Amino acid sequence: MNYLAHVLNHLRKDLRLEWRSRDAVNGMLFFSLLVVVVFSLAFDPTGNPTTTRQISGGILWIALLFASVTALNQSWTREVRNSVLDAQRMAPSPPSALFLGKAIANLCFVSLVELVLAPLFVVFYNLHALGNGWLLLLVMPLGTWALVVNGTFFAALSLRSKNRELLLPLLLFPISVPALLAMVNATTGILTAEIDSIQLSLWIKLLGGYDVLFTTVCLLLFGTVLNAE
Amino acid sequence: MAMQTTPSTRRNVLRAAILFWTAATLVVLVIGFREAIFLVPAEATMGNLQRIFYYHVNHATLGLVFPYINCFASLAYLYWRRRDPLKALAADAWAVASAELSVLYVSIGLVTGILWARPAWGVWWAWDARLTTYLLLWLLYVAYMITRQFSSTGQGHTLAAVLSIFAAIDVPITFMSISWWRTQHPAPVLRGDGKLDQVFWPAVLWNFAGWAMWGALVLVFRYALERRRQRADQQAALEAIEASLELTR
Repeated sequence: MNYLAHVLNHLRKDLRLEWRSRDAVNGMLFFSLLVVVVFSLAFDPTGNPTTTRQISGGILWIALLFASVTALNQSWTREVRNSVLDAQRMAPSPPSALFLGKAIANLCFVSLVELVLAPLFVVFYNLHALGNGWLLLLVMPLGTWALVVNGTFFAALSLRSKNRELLLPLLLFPISVPALLAMVNATTGILTAEIDSIQLSLWIKLLGGYDVLFTTVCLLLFGTVLNAE
Repeated sequence: MAMQTTPSTRRNVLRAAILFWTAATLVVLVIGFREAIFLVPAEATMGNLQRIFYYHVNHATLGLVFPYINCFASLAYLYWRRRDPLKALAADAWAVASAELSVLYVSIGLVTGILWARPAWGVWWAWDARLTTYLLLWLLYVAYMITRQFSSTGQGHTLAAVLSIFAAIDVPITFMSISWWRTQHPAPVLRGDGKLDQVFWPAVLWNFAGWAMWGALVLVFRYALERRRQRADQQAALEAIEASLELTR
């Protein structure tokens, strides 16, 4: 069986598990909805549309970051039950296939949450993009992948530590800072149309470069983390 | 007559070398202090405020060197982990020592930078690319230390080494960021636009040498301490095994 088939197998397994329980997606959805509501109470978004447009990119990504942490913590806990992870380690498939499958599954879950969240944002924050709205179709997947690929990796890294739930955000947030900077600036730039297209493309390129770099590092080092004893 | 290298003579030689190095470091630091505070003239626009620069630049620059040591030690650890566990432990000791010194030097770089920025820029902190990435470096190494603390003993070394590789990718981004984005941080003073006048070089160089020597000294001390802790752990593990053998007999 080749590598792609292994990845697809892992992906199918994770999607089926999620389809049967719907733990991660439901939790993330409600959590990010609450973040949006709490921020809208704190800032009064309908009163001041310009300010809202400037901060809503940041709020969206922070909501997604926090929400994805709750789901990512769960995604490996499933594998620990009944020693599934030990079985995975003994399986002949390459460890990075397991990682890639899970990361793609998590990308699907977070993207689903984004699809539900986007109309809510428009409704609650009275929002419409002043710049090229279709560029969001590029920024959102790139940004989500940046969060999810590192998040899945560090969730695996903190799996067997003493303070699992706490360690993941402590590692993920600093590592994600460059990506967060790029995605928030790109999103805000698209919503407000205030930054020029050269700068916008620089942020998107930075995000793309970050994705490529960290995906490579995660794939190379996942085997080491899985077999760390 | 060939000299015999018994452990005790080796220890004496080491002790003498360390004492000499400590004394030399102190002398260089005193000369550097005298140059920076008393001898070098005040800078034209910033006046005496600029003297904090002799401490800020050196710590900030050296704070970018220790993460490289940490990264190389971590890579060496990952390489030797299965092949030669004893060498791997030594690499891990270097990694701990350099990570702690990274946190220390970057902290001093940040604090002196903040103290300088308030009178010079009018704000304590600016979220420009270079400052942000430098703060990020600090956050990453604090996260590294926390990972070591939270991880169970068996796998802590490996996980920390993996995290170190992630953190070390950040260092080049920090250094390149000044040319990627136009930022508020002064242009590199050793080359480029903000070129430093000949007069200031003695203060810069003596202080750089002094703080580099001091950093090396603390690094070696921390390494020796970590090795001692590792040996104590091995001894304890060995005694536990022996005790269990006594019980089964």
